[in-house]
Amino acid sequence: MSGAYGPLPRKEDARFIRGRGLFVDDITLPGMLYGAILRSPLAHARIVSIDPAAARAHPRVEAVLTGEELAELGLAWMPTLSQDTQAVLATDKVRFQGQEIAFVVAQDRYSARDALELIHVEYEPLPVVVDAERALEPGAPVIRDDLPGKADNHIFDWEAGDKAATDAVFATADVVVSQDMLYPRSHPAPLETCGIVADMDRVSGRLTVWSTSQAPHAHRTIYALVAGIPEHKIRVISPDIGGGFGNKVPIYPGYICAIAGAMTTGRPVKWVEDRSENLMSTSFARDYHMHGEIAATAGGRVLALRARVLADHGSFNATAQPTKYPAGFFHIFTGSYDLRAAHCSVTAVYTNKAPGGVAYSCSFRVTEAVFLVERMMDLLARELGMDPADLRMKNLLRPEQFPYTCPTGWQYDSGDYPRALALAMDMAGYPELRREQAARRERGEYMGIGISFFTEGVGAGPRSHMDILGLGMADGVSLRVHPTGTAVLGVSCQTQGQGHETTFAQIVAHELGMSPGDIDVVHGDTDRTPFGLGTYGSRSTPVSGAAAAMVARKVRERARAVASAMLEVSPDDLEWAAGRWQVRGDPAQAAGIAEIAMAAHSALELPDGVEGHLDAEVVYNPPNLTFPFGAYICVTDVDPGTGQVTVRRFIAVDDCGVRINPMIVEGQVHGGLADGIGMALMQVIAFDAEGNCLGGSFMDYLLPTSVECPSWELGQTVTPSPHHPIGAKGVGESATVGSPAAIVNSVLDALAPFGVRHADMPLTPANVWSAIQGRRLRTDLAFP
Amino acid sequence: MPDMQITVTVNGSPFTREVEPRLLLIHFLRDDLGLTGSHWGCDTSNCGACVVWLDEIPVKSCTVLAAMADGRRVLTVEGLERRGRLDPVQEAFARCHGLQCGFCTPGMMLTARWLLDHHPDPSPAEIREALSGQVCRCTGYENIVRSVQWAASYEAGLDGKAGAPAGEATQ
Repeated sequence: MSGAYGPLPRKEDARFIRGRGLFVDDITLPGMLYGAILRSPLAHARIVSIDPAAARAHPRVEAVLTGEELAELGLAWMPTLSQDTQAVLATDKVRFQGQEIAFVVAQDRYSARDALELIHVEYEPLPVVVDAERALEPGAPVIRDDLPGKADNHIFDWEAGDKAATDAVFATADVVVSQDMLYPRSHPAPLETCGIVADMDRVSGRLTVWSTSQAPHAHRTIYALVAGIPEHKIRVISPDIGGGFGNKVPIYPGYICAIAGAMTTGRPVKWVEDRSENLMSTSFARDYHMHGEIAATAGGRVLALRARVLADHGSFNATAQPTKYPAGFFHIFTGSYDLRAAHCSVTAVYTNKAPGGVAYSCSFRVTEAVFLVERMMDLLARELGMDPADLRMKNLLRPEQFPYTCPTGWQYDSGDYPRALALAMDMAGYPELRREQAARRERGEYMGIGISFFTEGVGAGPRSHMDILGLGMADGVSLRVHPTGTAVLGVSCQTQGQGHETTFAQIVAHELGMSPGDIDVVHGDTDRTPFGLGTYGSRSTPVSGAAAAMVARKVRERARAVASAMLEVSPDDLEWAAGRWQVRGDPAQAAGIAEIAMAAHSALELPDGVEGHLDAEVVYNPPNLTFPFGAYICVTDVDPGTGQVTVRRFIAVDDCGVRINPMIVEGQVHGGLADGIGMALMQVIAFDAEGNCLGGSFMDYLLPTSVECPSWELGQTVTPSPHHPIGAKGVGESATVGSPAAIVNSVLDALAPFGVRHADMPLTPANVWSAIQGRRLRTDLAFP
Repeated sequence: MPDMQITVTVNGSPFTREVEPRLLLIHFLRDDLGLTGSHWGCDTSNCGACVVWLDEIPVKSCTVLAAMADGRRVLTVEGLERRGRLDPVQEAFARCHGLQCGFCTPGMMLTARWLLDHHPDPSPAEIREALSGQVCRCTGYENIVRSVQWAASYEAGLDGKAGAPAGEATQ
C-alpha cells in the first residue's frame, strides 16, 4: 500500500483562506432577482385575508406569490421527509411563529424586504399550544385540521424492545432509579444560513438550482415529485456549504418559492434567509421529553432500562430519518452496556412550533439516547454510592461479546470499550481528580467530574430497511482515470466542511498507489456525480467512503487485466504490491496505474472481454451500520454564588475505526465538543405562552465562543469495523452525541453537596443557581 | 432618501459608487464590489463572519453603513495576500487545520492579523479573548488558536528571532 492515509493538509483550504470559496450567496446570475418571505408574527391563527396589492405596486417588485398562486401551480403544499405535508405558503391558517405566508420577488435585496411591509394580512388568532403534554390533553386546539378527520395533535406511537421481559426484570430488581429529563429544543445554526438560486430556462424547460443542500440528489428527486418537472431536466448544485450539521438536509418552503418565482418571472431568483428566519423556521433538533428508568442489582450490575418519550415535532412532522424509524435510532438507548432487557416507547405530537427535528449532528436521535442512558448511569451510581467510572467499567460490553446484538436489535460491529474508558481515565488522572475534588469541597469549592461513554450507530444504511421518502440509502460513486494517470472521483455525498475533497482522494490514492494530489473529488452537482443520499448521520465515510474504496478496487482489477497484456503474463501471475501490479517473483516487471492507464487508452491489444479504459462505477449498499464509540470526561468548576459553570478540562477518547486523515478526524471531534458545551450550558430554543420563539437571534440563542471552550484533550483507540472495506467508521457527530452528557454529569457532580439530583439543559447560570436553591427550572417554556 | 456618492479604498484601490444611505458595508463589499470573501452571518454583530478592517480596526461590517466608510480604507480577506504571497495567518490556518467549512475563516483571519500586529506573541488566553466576538461552528476553536500561534511563531522567526517553524510560506 502507498500509505496515502495520514494528516494531509486539505485541498479545500487554498480557496477558503483567500476568500475564494463559492457559497450560494456569492452567486450572481445575469438578470437575477431577489426573494424575501413574509412570515407570521402569530403562532396559531386563521388567515382571513392576504392583500399583496400595495407590494405588487412597488416599482422594484417583479412578483408577489401567495399560497393562492402556488396552489394554481400545485405547489402550495409539499411533502416532508416524514411523509407528512407542509404548507409552502400558508393558505388556511398559520401554525407556528415565523411560518411562510407570501414571497416577494424584487430587483434587489432591500426592495424585496421593503415590500414585505406592504403586504396586509388579517389574522383571526387561535389558542396556542407549545407544551407537548398539553397538546395531548382533551380539548387542546387541533393544529392539523388540514388533515382529513384529524381531531387531536397525536402523530404516532412507536416502541422497541421486549416490554414484558423488561417489566419482569424491573419487578425483581434490587434497585430501580427513575428520572424525568428534557433534551430541549436546539438548533444547529450553521454560520451560513439556508439559501438558493433558482434558474428556470423556459426554452429547454431545464431548472438549475444552486442551494445549501446536504443531499443534492435526494433534493432533485423531491423537486421532480413536487414540481412535476422531469428529473432529467433538473440540476441541483451544492457549491461550498458554510456548515450544515443537519440543518441543510430538508427542503424548505423558501426553496420552492424561489423555484416558483423563477418559473413565474422567467428570471433567476435568489433567496437567502436571515439569521432569525434560520433559527425560527428551519429544522430544529431534539425536543424530547424523556422518562428513564434503570434497574440494577445492589452490587451495581445493570439489568434493564426503560424509557418513555414524548417527542415534540412542531406543527408539521418533518423529521428527517429512515422511514421505518420514526424516532430515528433512539432505541440504541441501551448504550454501551450489557443489559438483559430494554424497552422504549415514543409518542410524537404536533405543537405550534417550527417543524423539523433530528437535525443537529445527532446521528438520528442517538444523541438523545446517549444522554438518557448516561444520565441514568450517573443517577444509579449516586443511588448505589458507587463511583460512576467504576459502575460503567463494571457494566461495559466486553471485547469478546462483539459482534453484539443489543436488546432492541442493533448489531454492534466491533468495540473494545474498557480500553477506551481506561485510556480516558488515565489521560484525565482520574484518581487525582477525585482527590482534588474532595479537597476543594472541604474548602467550599464546587468542582465536578463527569463521564459519558457512548456508542453510536452511523452510516445509514442497509437498503433492506433504510430509506428516506422511499429512496434507499445506498450511494453511488464513479471513478474516471485519465490516460496520463490522473483521476476524477465523483461522489454523491456533500461536504459542509468535513474535507471530502481531501479524504476521499486519500482513500482512492491508498487503493491505487497514486498521489492524493492526482485525484480530484467532484461533489455537489447532480449532473456530474452518481446518485446517492447525501451527507448527514455521519454516513459519508461509512457509505460513500466504502464506495470510493470499492470503485478503486474495481479499477485496480481492470488495471490487472491491462497490465497482464502489457507485461505479457497471465493475470493470475500478477500481484498488487507497493502500489503497482508486478509479476510474482519478478518485481522488476511491474506497471503502475499511470502506465496502465495510458496503455488502457492505447492501441494495445487487450485480453478478451477487456474493452479498454479503466473507468468504473459502484453502488455501495452497506451491510450494517458502523458503531463508533468513545469515553469522555469533563471537569467543571461551578460558582455557587452565580451558578456560572466553567469547563476546565475535557478529555475525549474516540474510536472511529481506521482514521483516513487523523487531522480531519480530530477537527471533527473538536467541533462536536464545542457543540456539547453549547447544548449543555447555553443553547435552547424556548417559547412563551403565546408561542413567541425566544431564541430567534444570536442575541438570545447563545453559541459557544473561544472563551467558553477549553483546550480539548484528545485520545484514540482504533478498533476497525469488520464489514467496512477499509475498517473505518463515521465520526462527524460522535462528539456532539457524546459530550453533552459528560458536561451535565460533571455539573451535577459538582452540585451533589447541595442535594441536586438533576437539572435540565441548558445549565445556564440562572438554571444552576435555581437548582442550588432547590428549584428545578423548566428550560423550554417561559411560563409555569 | 436619494442615493449618495461614496469613495472607499478597498484593499488599496479606490472605488466610487452611488449607494443608498442605508446600504450596509457588507452588502457594499459583496454585492457592489463583488468581493464575496467577507460573509454575512447574523445581522446582530454576534458572529463576526463579516469582520473587515475599517482603517486599522476590525469591524463587523453587517452593522456599519457603507456611507460610514466614505473616504476611509477597508481591508478584506482578498487583500491579505500580497504580491502573490500569502499572509502568514493564511498559511497558518491551512497548515493547522484552522478551518473546516471556511465561512468564518476570513473574519477570523482578519482579527488574527490585527492581534499579531499589536501583540506579536499572544498567549492562548489572549488569542481566545481576541477572537471571542466571533463564532466558528466547526472547529471548536482549538485549531484556530493553534493557527494564530503558528503565525506568531513564524513571524517571530522572520524578525530574526528564534522559534520560527521550518518551511516557507508557499503557494
